[in-house]
Amino acid sequence: MTHPSTTGPAPVLALRDVSKSFGAVRALRDVSLELFPGEVHALAGENGAGKSTLIKTLAGVHRPDTGQVLLDGAPVAFHGPGDARDAGIAVIYQEPTLFPDLSIAENIYMGRRPRRALGRIDHKATHNATAALMERLGVELDPDRPARGLSIADQQIVEIAKALSFDARVLIMDEPTAALTGSEVARLFGVVRTLREQGAAVLFISHRLEEIFEICQRVTTLRDGAWIASEPLDGMTEDDLVRRMVGRDLDELYPKQEVEPGEVALSVRRLTREGVFTDVSFEVRHGEIVGLAGLVGAGRTEVARAIFGIDRWDAGEVSVRGRALVNGAPSTAMSAGLALVPEDRRAQGLVMDMSIERNIGLTGLRTTVKAGLMDRGAERSRSLDWAVRLQVKYARIADTVNTLSGGNQQKVVLAKWLATGPRVLIVDEPTRGIDVGTKAEVHRLLSQLAADGVAVLMISSDLPEILGMADRVLVMHEGRLTAEIPRSDATEETVMAAATGRAAA
Amino acid sequence: MADISLSRAVRWDTVVGALLIVVLLFSFGFVDGFGNALNLSFLIGNTLPIALIALPMTLLVVSGEIDLSVASTAGLSGAVMGALWNQGMAIETIIPICLLLGVVCGLVNGLLVTKLGLPSLAVTIGTLAAYRGIAQIVLGSDAVTDFPAQYLDFASGRIGDTFIPYAFLPFLVLLAIAVVALHATPFGRSLFAIGASEEAARFAGIRVKRQKLILFTLTGLMASLTGIFWALHYASARYDNATGLELSVVAAVLLGGIDFDGGKGTLGGAIAGVFLLGALQNVMSLQDVSAQSQIVVTGVLLVLSVLGPRVARQIAVVRAQSSG
Ligand SMILES: Nc1ncnc2c1ncn2[C@@H]1O[C@H](COP(=O)(O)OP(=O)(O)OP(=O)(O)O)[C@@H](O)[C@H]1O
Ligand SMILES: [Mg+2]
Repeated sequence: MTHPSTTGPAPVLALRDVSKSFGAVRALRDVSLELFPGEVHALAGENGAGKSTLIKTLAGVHRPDTGQVLLDGAPVAFHGPGDARDAGIAVIYQEPTLFPDLSIAENIYMGRRPRRALGRIDHKATHNATAALMERLGVELDPDRPARGLSIADQQIVEIAKALSFDARVLIMDEPTAALTGSEVARLFGVVRTLREQGAAVLFISHRLEEIFEICQRVTTLRDGAWIASEPLDGMTEDDLVRRMVGRDLDELYPKQEVEPGEVALSVRRLTREGVFTDVSFEVRHGEIVGLAGLVGAGRTEVARAIFGIDRWDAGEVSVRGRALVNGAPSTAMSAGLALVPEDRRAQGLVMDMSIERNIGLTGLRTTVKAGLMDRGAERSRSLDWAVRLQVKYARIADTVNTLSGGNQQKVVLAKWLATGPRVLIVDEPTRGIDVGTKAEVHRLLSQLAADGVAVLMISSDLPEILGMADRVLVMHEGRLTAEIPRSDATEETVMAAATGRAAA
Repeated sequence: MADISLSRAVRWDTVVGALLIVVLLFSFGFVDGFGNALNLSFLIGNTLPIALIALPMTLLVVSGEIDLSVASTAGLSGAVMGALWNQGMAIETIIPICLLLGVVCGLVNGLLVTKLGLPSLAVTIGTLAAYRGIAQIVLGSDAVTDFPAQYLDFASGRIGDTFIPYAFLPFLVLLAIAVVALHATPFGRSLFAIGASEEAARFAGIRVKRQKLILFTLTGLMASLTGIFWALHYASARYDNATGLELSVVAAVLLGGIDFDGGKGTLGGAIAGVFLLGALQNVMSLQDVSAQSQIVVTGVLLVLSVLGPRVARQIAVVRAQSSG
């Protein structure tokens, strides 16, 4: 790549010829990158391309094996994230790292809370500052509630607020929007534009390409840890970018097959959980993909959890293929043929310290058994089979899942549940953090499952995904189902109107 | 091939196993009176109570829980055995009653933990005191010693002139069952998942509470079996039998590489830890080390056993990062 030109501003932060390996995996090879004040720079690449590793190197989490990090043109050696923060670099990592027992405000102002005389912490000042940040992001979150139990989207918002609270010169964001819906993303982008106009440099990662084109001016692409290009986005198309990332043209992103719906597979009747959702009724038929849309906090995830038995419901009933499910019993839901791909892969979807093989194996504890003992051969071939079908990128199937990139972890969660051969599949943000190429692959898979008679309920914050894949769209608003829109009538406008409560069913 | 978490634990296993062999070889060579069959049979016999309880305790710690009331359950079961024997009941009737009592003790712990959601550390510190208190009410300060000879002989005798106590054979059977249960069954696999991430285990359809209830109940059962063995082995049923045994069990299990945070370890390592501790105690007794000093050594080992695997893991991480 070209070195700093003599005209224009100098880069605030840069990487020069950086390499980083984890054992045999070469996550970054001779990568260079320059971040200029007043620009929003996109970092693009498939799952496992090395984006998060690059960011962690910039932030001082990883030390480069070779090459340099340059701050204002001079080489620096950050000895940890604290050093980078002191240098004015704020980072939002791909996976939220909040302390569950601390309040939102405490999480944001961790270790640097406003103090009053005698060093007492000024709770009021912390509270107000946090409230102001939430206001700026346009979300309603109580600064004093503990972080425990926040949805992934809300956790992400707290992380964003925390990064913003630093007034940093450089803002680095690793997939901040992956769990957010359109309206939260719009707010975030508003804030980012302001920061950019004030001269901040922003590095932005997202697998939603339209977001990259909306907010960024330049893009750096990585493929398998190698630098491919750094170029202006002006004049590029999404297809150009995909070709850079993948090295080939992409198939149809929403390969939806037309399927004649069969019998009712999942039936939810007047389901209520006090204070969370109320009177929710719907059906999903075999062969159907039903989208469940709504704003963050509308109660979509909570309905899914209750159906699967993670939470108890207070009233109503759920049946799968005519069999009533037991309240609060995931194991019986599973034996009825139900599967739930949960939204939070790290806490709910995976045992992070366990191998890929055993994580996928966890849903097969009843099937890969011979004479009461684990059938290791069967377990391994089942896990390998699904890891390959979902194109999980790993070194060894026996590696722990925490060595995988975010998107590849997500694929393991999908693999784990698809391996159960479900008759009813509930997916909560199935493609969160998954790259475009694999996203198309997951969509193809879901479509094929539906064609094979599986009933699919799809929760997604990615509206184009819902519109592209769903036969019908159910919309929730503040804990109630407010609309049911057939595929032919579903547009961004009709869905958003129902999701924001502007239209009644 | 093992996954990384396992291979790290295996490394610590190996360390403890090797340490055990070193201690044994050293003692054979340099400690007077260690190597003869009689002393070895004492060593094994005295270690058996710890080993017996270590079996379910390992499973419990792997799943992220702990039971500190085991020694009190053992004491209670011995006390009830003594009291019923004094009443003139047949030993064949008494033993099942005591085992049932152990099941109840374990069930109480399990229900308090799973139904009320209380931390097992707190619950079992409470029942540690409660069960011991009941034992004292049941038997007072009596010591019952006149159990039938064939039972006493079985619990304290050895096979011919060998170093193998009779009771070691049933222990080996129980050990084999526990190894298979933990490392080769879906049940064992689910315990590792629960210990590593209870939430993820629940989302995978694992019946977390039920598995825990089973474990606490089994632990109670094994504790009472140990209490019966203890009373017969030492030919003395008193309310304060086995006092403090829970510390030795926990120390040995942690020493064997079972992670206190759950989700990691192997039963082989735990049992190596148990016999390492047993061998050290035997050697110290032969060398006339005072009981107090022995407790200090146990304490130091406990601290080391918590630190050891962590240090080993740190080294592994640093190595993995610097290689390549
Ligand atoms: N701590 C680690 N130990 C071993 N391998 C690692 C570790 N962290 C990352 N890797 C590997 O490095 C490669 C790059 O991972 P990275 O997380 O940077 O990808 P990414 O571009 O952020 O992908 P995604 O879009 O899925 O988030 C992957 O092959 C990953 O498995
Ligand atoms: Mg990443």
